[in-house]
Amino acid sequence: MTPELGHFALILALCVSLVQGILPIFGAQYGRREWIVLARPAAQVVFLLMAASFVALAWSFYLNDFSVQYVAEHSNAQLPTLYRFGAVWGGHEGSLLLWVFMLSSWTVAVAQFSRTLDETMVARVIGVLGLVTSGLLLFVLFTSNPFNRLLPAAENGRDLNPLLQDPGLVFHPPMLYMGYVGFAVAFAFAIAALLSGRLDAAWARWSRPWTTAAWVFLTLGIALGSWWAYYELGWGGWWFWDPVENASFMPWLLGTALLHSLAVTEKRGSFKSWTVLLAIGAFSLSLLGTFLVRSGVLTSVHAFATDPRRGIFILVLLLLVVGSSLALFAWRAPKVALGGSFALVSRESLLLTGNVLLVVACASVLLGTLYPLIIDALKLGKISVGPPYFNAVFVPIMAPVLFLMAAVPLARWKNADAKDIALRMWIPGGLALLAGILVPRFMGGWMAMTALGVALSVWIAASGVIQIARRLKSGVPPASFWGMHLGHFGIAVFVFGVTMVGSYQEEQDVRMEPGDTVLVGGYQFKMIGVKDEPGPNYSASRGEFEVTPAGGGAVNLLYPEKRNYFSSTMPMTEAAIDAGFTRDVYVSLGEPLEGKAWAVRVYFKPFVDWIWGGCLIMALGGLFAVSDRRYRLRVKSGAADAGAGALKVATP
Amino acid sequence: MKAKFLIPLALFGILVVFLAVGLRLDPHEVPSPLINKPAPAFKVTQLEQPELQFSPEDLKGKVWLFNVWASWCVACRQEHPVLMEFARLQVAPLVGLDYKDQRKDAFGVLRRSGNPYDIIAFDGDGRVGIDYGVYGVPESYVIDKAGVIRYKHIGPITTEALQKTIIPLINELKKS
Repeated sequence: MTPELGHFALILALCVSLVQGILPIFGAQYGRREWIVLARPAAQVVFLLMAASFVALAWSFYLNDFSVQYVAEHSNAQLPTLYRFGAVWGGHEGSLLLWVFMLSSWTVAVAQFSRTLDETMVARVIGVLGLVTSGLLLFVLFTSNPFNRLLPAAENGRDLNPLLQDPGLVFHPPMLYMGYVGFAVAFAFAIAALLSGRLDAAWARWSRPWTTAAWVFLTLGIALGSWWAYYELGWGGWWFWDPVENASFMPWLLGTALLHSLAVTEKRGSFKSWTVLLAIGAFSLSLLGTFLVRSGVLTSVHAFATDPRRGIFILVLLLLVVGSSLALFAWRAPKVALGGSFALVSRESLLLTGNVLLVVACASVLLGTLYPLIIDALKLGKISVGPPYFNAVFVPIMAPVLFLMAAVPLARWKNADAKDIALRMWIPGGLALLAGILVPRFMGGWMAMTALGVALSVWIAASGVIQIARRLKSGVPPASFWGMHLGHFGIAVFVFGVTMVGSYQEEQDVRMEPGDTVLVGGYQFKMIGVKDEPGPNYSASRGEFEVTPAGGGAVNLLYPEKRNYFSSTMPMTEAAIDAGFTRDVYVSLGEPLEGKAWAVRVYFKPFVDWIWGGCLIMALGGLFAVSDRRYRLRVKSGAADAGAGALKVATP
Repeated sequence: MKAKFLIPLALFGILVVFLAVGLRLDPHEVPSPLINKPAPAFKVTQLEQPELQFSPEDLKGKVWLFNVWASWCVACRQEHPVLMEFARLQVAPLVGLDYKDQRKDAFGVLRRSGNPYDIIAFDGDGRVGIDYGVYGVPESYVIDKAGVIRYKHIGPITTEALQKTIIPLINELKKS
């Protein structure tokens, strides 16, 4: 009964979302208030229905109702409860349901937190979100219904893919989807602005916190995925330029560009059509990512079952959403008034340069991801594009971005003095140079790329510190100031981590017997032995290793595992990692060899955790920026006395 | 309407056309001109014993599976347990071609994850691979008693492909 209720709620949600999508937009266009006011309650009802539907599916998983096909395919009687919840989005149907549920959550949040905004604007935004929701709901109901029954019921489920049975992966998809879907809000604001013809500072200010919030989730989602790949796949890598990874990274790049472009539009009224285009682009890439992942047009290590009907459906959806918004853009954007002019050297011009570089970086990732498909479609053969392409193309594009981002906050709006910026940057510049020369030597080997990475990260961090110190002299800065600098500092930490791991990691594959030792990265690894350990739905071989710093010191025990899940023939590697501030020590079990010997992989990964630490700091910066008071204090024009007063205090 | 504002729409249009065409293609399916043709002859040294050589001639009269792999190939790691399973079942000889690789690296992989192969031919400069039309690793060929290629599998062999296609085909070829 519960699955039918969920299914029914889904159908009702579709009906209400059509109301939410059509009436408010027409109401706003023709000034019919009785239709405009429908937007909020409709959004709330859709949210409740989607929540009901989602809970129904989760409940079926909790009960392990194997008469539901989706549950039978992704759960198992032995599957621990936590993973049964994770399994709700462990497959195609459920992850799409999560997608739509999140979209409705964002919509209801917009409805809730935009009480101070212009009523017709909110109606348009909610309306656009309603149209997107109904499109995706049609997709779920017609091609990917998670509530389909399996009669007669299966005796036991096929179990969740063992790769996904991991706490990191329980939270990775929701975070990622929150980010993907969150860009729908920025998109809806952009479309609403195009529809109304009101592309002004107010519009930019409204969409900024939403865009930043989506960006925060996306950052965390990507970081979680990368972290998961690092410790679960057992290869010690953290990014593989896999099509599915790229699908999440492209919206991030455009979203980052959008964040900065929105700042210019809010503060200076410039870049309006560019900002709108970025907002459309970021969400389009989220949809494109969904298409690439779900249609199976590309091969990837994330192997998903494919169904051609789904691919066609998403393609049509993509065509409708993106095509119509780009057509709207071509129609309305030329009428948008130009913003303030700016000089060749100004904060605007520097931000625009960084923006263009980010877009180019995104385009190069898109090209690399789609190139195999394009070549195949042109019947020129079959090829695959791998990390060498991405590293060769991506790094040179991003290096100038990193160089610029340190200086941009120093540049004045409209017209900046290049000499003045250079004068103020000599300390960070000197520190960067010094670090670039010294740090690689100290780490054991100077390489040009290593020096560049270290120098850039010190350059960013040091200029941030100097700018903060300067700013503190004139009172306490607002949260958004801290947000920006935290975000940039996160990038510095990230770049440092990437550079160090890339340059100085050590790896050894060895055959080890109990009692054997191996020396890697200044640590001595001693194999104690491998024992069999039963798990809830798998059996494992659990190794025990003693790790001692070569110079003497505390002994650390590590327990890597090799798991055989009952439901799968593929053994899973659970690496054992001794994480540290300046290095990770990483042991993973390979295959059992003759006797008591095992193939063992031992890694020394200097500063690897800085990669995800940097992402966390970036996300924290985003949170600070969202929490800035000025987003909350703006009251409708006119009665803004209290708000303006508080604003004066907040931004002296 | 200014033309430059139409550029994004036009670019998107081109993208959609490619995506639509791409939908009809199966990225896994590649026709091989070598099917039902004699397996190209070669003679190269073996990986583990460089003093010995291997040639497809050596296996005339047997049905065998020829698997192209390399230590640098990530998908091969995914395929590896399936090959181990194949070796355990002892259906047919499994010959590896270590493609564009360094002996040292290849040894590392075999030592760490086990060696499913009966013989490994070493193709350091990739010449044998060119003759066999290898453009993605891993690739596998089923070669019959007369030395004719009967089947080509692109990409990692899955358990399903092994059980449903490759092993039945080998068993059938063995009977003839």
